[in-house]
Amino acid sequence: MERKKITFKINGEEKTLEVEPNKTLLWLIREELKLKGTKRACERGDCGLCTVLLNGEPVKSCLVLAVEVDGSEIITVEGLARNGELTPLQRAFIEHGALQCGFCTPAFLIVGHWLINRNPRPSREEVIEALNGVLCRCTGYRSIIDAILSVTKTEK
Amino acid sequence: MKYVGKSIQRVDAIEKVTGSAEYAGDIELPGMLYAKLLLSPHAHAKIKSIDFSNALKIPKVVTIAIGEDFSFRVGLYVNDRNILARKKVRWVGEPVAAVVAEDLETAEEALEQIRVEYDPLPPVLDVREALKPDAPLVHEELGEYAHSPAFNPIPGTNIANRFVVKRGDIEEGFKKSNVVLENEFWMPQVSHVPMEPYTCIGQYLIDGSIKIWTSAQSPFAIRYILGYSLGIPLHKISVYVPYIGGGFGGKAGINFEPLVVLLSKKAGYRPVRLELTREEQFMTAPVRQGFYGKIKTGATRDGKLLAEKIFYAFDAGAYADYGVNIGRAAGYSCTGPYYVPNLEAESLTVYTNHPWGTAFRGFGHFEFLWAIERQMEMMAAELGMDPVEFRLKNALLPGLITPTGEKLREDAGRIDQCIRAVAEKIGWGTPPQAVGLNRYRAKGIAALWKAPAMPPNAASSAIIKMNEDGTFLLSVGVTEIGQGTVTALAQIAAEELGVPVEKIRVVPFRHTDLTPYSWQTVASRNLFMEGRAVIRAARDIKEQILEVASQVLRAPKDDLVIEDEKVYVKGRPEWSIHFKDIAAGYVYPNGNTVGGPIIGRGYYVGSRLSYLDPETGQGYPALKWTFGAQAVEIELDIETGEVKVLKLVSAFDVGKAINPQLVEGQIVGGVLQSLSLGMWEEYRYDGNGRMLNPNLTDYKIARAGDIPEEHVVVVIENPQKDGPYGARGVGELSMLSVPPAIANAIFHAVGVNINDLPISFENIWKAISKKR
Ligand code: FES
Ligand code: FES
Repeated sequence: MERKKITFKINGEEKTLEVEPNKTLLWLIREELKLKGTKRACERGDCGLCTVLLNGEPVKSCLVLAVEVDGSEIITVEGLARNGELTPLQRAFIEHGALQCGFCTPAFLIVGHWLINRNPRPSREEVIEALNGVLCRCTGYRSIIDAILSVTKTEK
Repeated sequence: MKYVGKSIQRVDAIEKVTGSAEYAGDIELPGMLYAKLLLSPHAHAKIKSIDFSNALKIPKVVTIAIGEDFSFRVGLYVNDRNILARKKVRWVGEPVAAVVAEDLETAEEALEQIRVEYDPLPPVLDVREALKPDAPLVHEELGEYAHSPAFNPIPGTNIANRFVVKRGDIEEGFKKSNVVLENEFWMPQVSHVPMEPYTCIGQYLIDGSIKIWTSAQSPFAIRYILGYSLGIPLHKISVYVPYIGGGFGGKAGINFEPLVVLLSKKAGYRPVRLELTREEQFMTAPVRQGFYGKIKTGATRDGKLLAEKIFYAFDAGAYADYGVNIGRAAGYSCTGPYYVPNLEAESLTVYTNHPWGTAFRGFGHFEFLWAIERQMEMMAAELGMDPVEFRLKNALLPGLITPTGEKLREDAGRIDQCIRAVAEKIGWGTPPQAVGLNRYRAKGIAALWKAPAMPPNAASSAIIKMNEDGTFLLSVGVTEIGQGTVTALAQIAAEELGVPVEKIRVVPFRHTDLTPYSWQTVASRNLFMEGRAVIRAARDIKEQILEVASQVLRAPKDDLVIEDEKVYVKGRPEWSIHFKDIAAGYVYPNGNTVGGPIIGRGYYVGSRLSYLDPETGQGYPALKWTFGAQAVEIELDIETGEVKVLKLVSAFDVGKAINPQLVEGQIVGGVLQSLSLGMWEEYRYDGNGRMLNPNLTDYKIARAGDIPEEHVVVVIENPQKDGPYGARGVGELSMLSVPPAIANAIFHAVGVNINDLPISFENIWKAISKKR
């Protein structure tokens, strides 16, 4: 298969590489760039665990082709904490016990950061709506919702 | 207490919020190969031939294996499972062949080039059918399989195990009963749906030793069974387990580990990796068994239970795995948390041509409590009694006798307190209410109990190492599947050692070469058992510290006090020595050294647990009995059957909450899982046993939008005296009895009895229409 050259920014770092046209963004992130924080759990858009930010918007990376991200900016869970500092939302997840097995945690953090960025004071319903595309089998969601709301209350 | 009873942060939290926590699927090894499985399209068929010659010609295909390559079986309790199907296939999704290739795409491509010829056989797709005398046999050779002496497969039938309980005189009990009621109950197979699909890597080394990296809950069980099946001594097998992305019992046993190891051998000793897709996770990985129950109950007019005749049949699918033990566990808890003086129970684990069943959070109790708690509700109605009062009247309180003849210990949890707590918080006693034209609000309650299902010799152990700077490393065999046990164990260690919990690191992975033994991570037994082992290990450490300090401080050990990471002489705090100065041996100014590295160890096994009598089921199976109750308020639309849970109340007698936030997390998460299973989840099959919904769109699990508006959690703490700080453990308990609470509420709303799961809108609507 003919490989295509793409250039993109991931977690602030610029990369140029060649990919086959049938590979997904999820594949690019996990297998090519070895960023293992983004999870694979269905590869057909059902679970949301592979969610990353693409140009600031959450996307299910298993549904995006790698070639499509040429010229884009991607943020994965590894790119949230900066300079060795956890974000307020990461800290809130810890304080609220918003994680158990942790397999879904990267995706919820990505969606949570996106939501707070876009809407600093969301209602409980808006948080629930934003989270509805990501599955968690462990927590029952309540602690995740509470963690996100706690950050939106304390931050401007 | 400084650390026990506090909601300290999880020890694994930072790794998990930064994406650096390691799971099996994140591991890459040099020279690693990829495996893909060819799955059976038939529920039951003879394999006539397999031709993979074309597939083998594809470049980058390294090897292909079929069942005939591996001439032995594995099994947890009954040795009934082939590594890959041999001679015949037993469910749609059974692996028939495995391709190993340099990359996944090649392996996938090669699957398409394998030709298998089948001779279809009549399948058995219902547990009741499977019990009929002329039913097709899933295992013709059942009589030849090796099995644990605790179980009794019946050759010539589909019965993998029969467990029986007999107490009192059942004839007499029914004769004296004024009210007798018999009902049937059913539930489908379901999936654990762990967010992390099953993943393992195996490597067979040229010297005959084995390495495994896997997302399995019980590394020591894998090592043991693999060693037994392959005839390899245990010191030559090492099993590594990183964080697990949800287990719920589905990863408790031995699954694909033998396969990847043998594929590695065939592929020239390179590591071979298998990661299930979501579809394979549904169709090929083990599931939770289906269930059929029939209960006949007799009581006096004033509501005292006198007799019960119970029949449970678990749909084990193609292989017995944990299923036989689940049938046994459901058998010895069969009455639910009630005292029944005259009892006859039979609990069968039955082979069918469905996917194979395994452990699932609750271990048979989710299933039979559905039946018992519905039956109790119908009994109460028949008696014209309030269901809460009826339950309390028959509550199994300390001093009363359990189904296996055990007198419930005086420090056991209190079911009456749990029932009263949920009744109070849900506002029990108000009649159902019409809201709007077709909508009704009503409340329902259900109770629960459970004991760990484990052999009497199930053991746990712990190692605590003191580092040279006086910090500690805690190593335990319980795996971290999300439940948070290791955080609570660090708290227990901190409390015992009197050091800040931040100075204790729990080793984040399990490796059978280094990790102390733990039988399995199952049964809500680990906080209790590992907890006791950790306490002993900490005491062992303190003893060693005192030994050295006694020499250095020149005072007898019983004159010494350990506090704040120091040892000092009673009444003389100025004569003291810091932990760090003795951690690796104390060095006098002239260089003389006494003592040495300090390593503490502890173990725990249950006291006086026993095998159960094969004829009557009598004996001591339970390390602890944990009790709880659930209550719901629902709103029901009688035109559409739509039901919404508005409010949930859950109460559990946990003994002691070592970490209240973790306890609450287990309860909130488990209760939603239970609600989800009760309302939506089921394996739907076509007439040929093919699963119709093997994906997360058609197999719906609860999402954020599905959670009830209000969930009240009540934690009751009647300590069990031999538990660590009185704790019992709660992980599985929260999964129990939510569906019957909902169905009981529906009954109160409109008088229909839903006795089959799921309680889908469609099933409710059908039941209501039938009644009209
Ligand atoms: S892996 Fe992408 S949505 Fe499930
Ligand atoms: S914490 Fe396990 S899936 Fe969410």
